[in-house]
Amino acid sequence: MNIDATDRRIIAATQGGLALVPQPYAMVAEKLGLDEATLCARLRAMQERGVIRRVAVAPNHYALGMVANGMSVWDVEDGAVAELGARVGALDYVSHCYERPRALPDWPYNIFAMIHGQSRDEVEEKRAQIAELLGDACRAGDILYSTRILKKTGLRLRPKEG
Amino acid sequence: MKLDATDRLILNRLQDGFPICPDPFLKVAQELGLTEDDLLARLGRMKAARIITRFGPFYDAEAMGGAFCLCAMAVPEADFETVVTKVNARPEVAHNYERSHRLNMWFVLATETAAEIEAVTTSLEQETGLRVLCFPKLTEFFIGFRVAA
Repeated sequence: MNIDATDRRIIAATQGGLALVPQPYAMVAEKLGLDEATLCARLRAMQERGVIRRVAVAPNHYALGMVANGMSVWDVEDGAVAELGARVGALDYVSHCYERPRALPDWPYNIFAMIHGQSRDEVEEKRAQIAELLGDACRAGDILYSTRILKKTGLRLRPKEG
Repeated sequence: MKLDATDRLILNRLQDGFPICPDPFLKVAQELGLTEDDLLARLGRMKAARIITRFGPFYDAEAMGGAFCLCAMAVPEADFETVVTKVNARPEVAHNYERSHRLNMWFVLATETAAEIEAVTTSLEQETGLRVLCFPKLTEFFIGFRVAA
């Protein structure tokens, strides 16, 4: 994922969000001394390479009633992880889905999927749906609820020079 | 603020992606049968009311050259507050949650390089006398998350 100095300047100028004006990209381009077409081409290229996951709105899910969440974890056969992980990630109530290494014997789980719902009961229902989707390829599962936020700082990225 | 059907339509549409072109709001407004002014005004109200957390490009953190790692520890109840203080004191710890499991402390490390992740976990193990399990991301699956507005 190569990004050059200009991309880094674009990232720094847009990671806080786009302005709600009719021509938001022209506004960023002007600030950076680029022309709008160049800026848009670079943004599209970064999106194609996965540097930008998407350009979108992130609603505050607490404000919309999605107040419960749990980190579900699953021990899925290695050969089935790619296919099943993709299916779990695509669910509209899963906000993060990763394959991570097991830490045996303490931790047999290799798929992590964050489930969101309106209540703890709804999260449990979704968890049962995922268990069903995973079927026999899944040997065990668990869910961890957060009981306290101990620290929360923004993951604001500082682009390196050049 | 109370959302109406149009606000909900906008939130649902814009979670799917926003165009990269000179007049993106006009394009979305036409698609939804709204005027550009109305779309911008509604987005402005939802942003002010913090219904919208962020609007714009979402970058892959690792594309920036940084390193990230989810870590977990099994902390004995009696030592919990002491260990929290030690872990949270590290600027590399971005967030930290207490969770309902034997592994009861889960935090994310964010550093400039991968080598620093190991240095921080080794040093935390020495300072606390507890193991730090590392769960680096191996594969990130496509996320279909949508909040039905």
